[in-house]
Amino acid sequence: MFKYTVKRLLQSLLTVLIVVTVVFLLMRLLPNDNYFTEDQQMKLNIEERTELLRQAGLLDPIPIQLFRYYGQLLRLDFGTSRRIQTGVAVMKIIESKFTVSMRLGLTSMAISLVIGVLLGVLQARRKDRLPDHIVTAYTIFVNSVPHLVSYSLILVFGARVLQLPSMYSTRNVGKSIILPIACLAMGSIAHYALWTRRYMVDESTKDYIKLARIKGMAQKDIMLKHVLKNAFVPLVQYIPASIIMTVGGSLLVERFFSVPGMGTLMTDAINRYDTEVVQTCVMIYAALGIIGVFLGDIAMMIVDPRIKLAGGGETR
Amino acid sequence: MGKQPLLSAKDIEIQFSLRGNILKAIRKCSLDLYEGETLAIVGESGSGKSVFTKSFLGMLDANGSITGGSIMYEGVDIAKYKTEKEWLTIRGKKISMVMQDPMTSLNPLKKIGKQIEESLTLNQGLRGEAAKKEAIEMLKKVGIPDPERRANQYPHEFSGGMRQRVVIAIAVACRPQILICDEPTTALDVTIQAQILDLIRALQKELNMTVIYITHDLGVVANVADRVAVMYAGQIVEYGTVNEIFYNAWHPYTWALLSSLPQLGVKGEDLPTIDGTPPNLFFEVKGDAFAPRNRQALAIDFEEEPPYFEVSETHRAKTWYLDPRAPRIEQPDSIKRLREQMAKAR
Repeated sequence: MFKYTVKRLLQSLLTVLIVVTVVFLLMRLLPNDNYFTEDQQMKLNIEERTELLRQAGLLDPIPIQLFRYYGQLLRLDFGTSRRIQTGVAVMKIIESKFTVSMRLGLTSMAISLVIGVLLGVLQARRKDRLPDHIVTAYTIFVNSVPHLVSYSLILVFGARVLQLPSMYSTRNVGKSIILPIACLAMGSIAHYALWTRRYMVDESTKDYIKLARIKGMAQKDIMLKHVLKNAFVPLVQYIPASIIMTVGGSLLVERFFSVPGMGTLMTDAINRYDTEVVQTCVMIYAALGIIGVFLGDIAMMIVDPRIKLAGGGETR
Repeated sequence: MGKQPLLSAKDIEIQFSLRGNILKAIRKCSLDLYEGETLAIVGESGSGKSVFTKSFLGMLDANGSITGGSIMYEGVDIAKYKTEKEWLTIRGKKISMVMQDPMTSLNPLKKIGKQIEESLTLNQGLRGEAAKKEAIEMLKKVGIPDPERRANQYPHEFSGGMRQRVVIAIAVACRPQILICDEPTTALDVTIQAQILDLIRALQKELNMTVIYITHDLGVVANVADRVAVMYAGQIVEYGTVNEIFYNAWHPYTWALLSSLPQLGVKGEDLPTIDGTPPNLFFEVKGDAFAPRNRQALAIDFEEEPPYFEVSETHRAKTWYLDPRAPRIEQPDSIKRLREQMAKAR
């Protein structure tokens, strides 16, 4: 277990490094005009602008820039923002945005996990009957309609009919967070319901369910104690990983509702060529993703006695 | 046998609906089961052996139902049971079952001990320590060494034979009166098969159970059964004591089954096989269901279904051969050989 963790950790660090490098290089492909505000672009001439870029080190050969960046990372120095909040440490900016995103992400995840699994159980219990068909229709709708369309529907419905605020506001977090959460949860509810149903239907046709019936167990208890529990095993693996899904999904939702979170920050930073902020944001996304998958593996090991995490290549 | 049967199925009909079509899996099947006996039901795949016995515990698949007949057990017609609640008074408590494949019959995520405890809690109300102790006792009874440690293990840590022992422990945990063994040894290798049969026999004696074996292994039948019922196309075509079936069978299907035993082959001759396939039970069967595959079929076999004819008090066969009006038909050579071999052995 210890050996496995260490190995996993080293692999993860390598993955993060690769992700960061790729993002770093991609950022250098962007035209650096956006480094300047419109104001500066009007006032400064080419020479002055080049001088500023040179001072910022952005005109050095790419490998030199890259290794300078690695050096910074080693010192855990994530740099300062150039355009978003000039001169403020990147970590400080991200900190406040991260809390907003996480609150949104975790709340929607908790809600969708509960509702999604319950719907899935309902579907499995009433397979091929009306409740099953209704939830399946919902799942298909959510997955096939483009997100912007369904988000717009939620927005219109929420704002017009329920009189909910359509924009996030820090002064009224409780109410204004409802619609973004609804949008985020809509997709993952469908996701959890689909997989819960699928795994439960799978499990309920297995032989050990027949043996449970022969024992004289009531169908209701079998569903709860045998089917749901075993169906949860394959599901458990994806729950931690879906943290990243909700954070990732928030790119769109945050823009849509003007939530001042990580997603908004990152799109802003890309638009304004704030390289340090973009790189750090992406690094955090990558780290979250990796941690999610790792936690998923650990969770699997806890719920499924057949799985032992080995030090070798085989983990399953 | 003047004894009252323990369970008496009469004219049972079972239908399945498959995509709008009706499949008559069991067509008027009757069977008496006497206390303490071992009854073997033999027949080829699809003859309805499993379905017939599953109906004794209400374990038919959702698209199947008993559409006629009665199953009298303890003075109640359990064929009339509709709700799960009614069946739960029987299932596991009075009638239990061992299934074919031990590799998939246990919940892979639950400890062995817990799975036995579940049965004890449901049927005997045992909880906590008492249930745990009894579960370990059961493991010991079915011959699992080091039961205290084994109870805390998971199914994947057990071999096939050991798992089948656990399945048996679960099935008999609540001391059922009747134990149905649905091909309990088919998935196991030969040496383990004998051990499992011995185990079932020992438990049968110890717990005073009545056992029904479902099998197509005639070796197993000869080994364990007191009485044999031969099933074909959803009907019992012949039943009698094990000696009567092996040495004085009268139904042409029983003959065909026995003749294809490799032990009875004559050196240099091809082993006899049964031509054709069983009838399609989606359609009404006219006459004797086996007639199209029987080279010596009588004209009436294609017209009218034969009734049961009594061969002896315990032996009945459903064939026109036994009708006094029928032309004299000899039992095939292989059956005679069997009888001679038997006589010599004595």
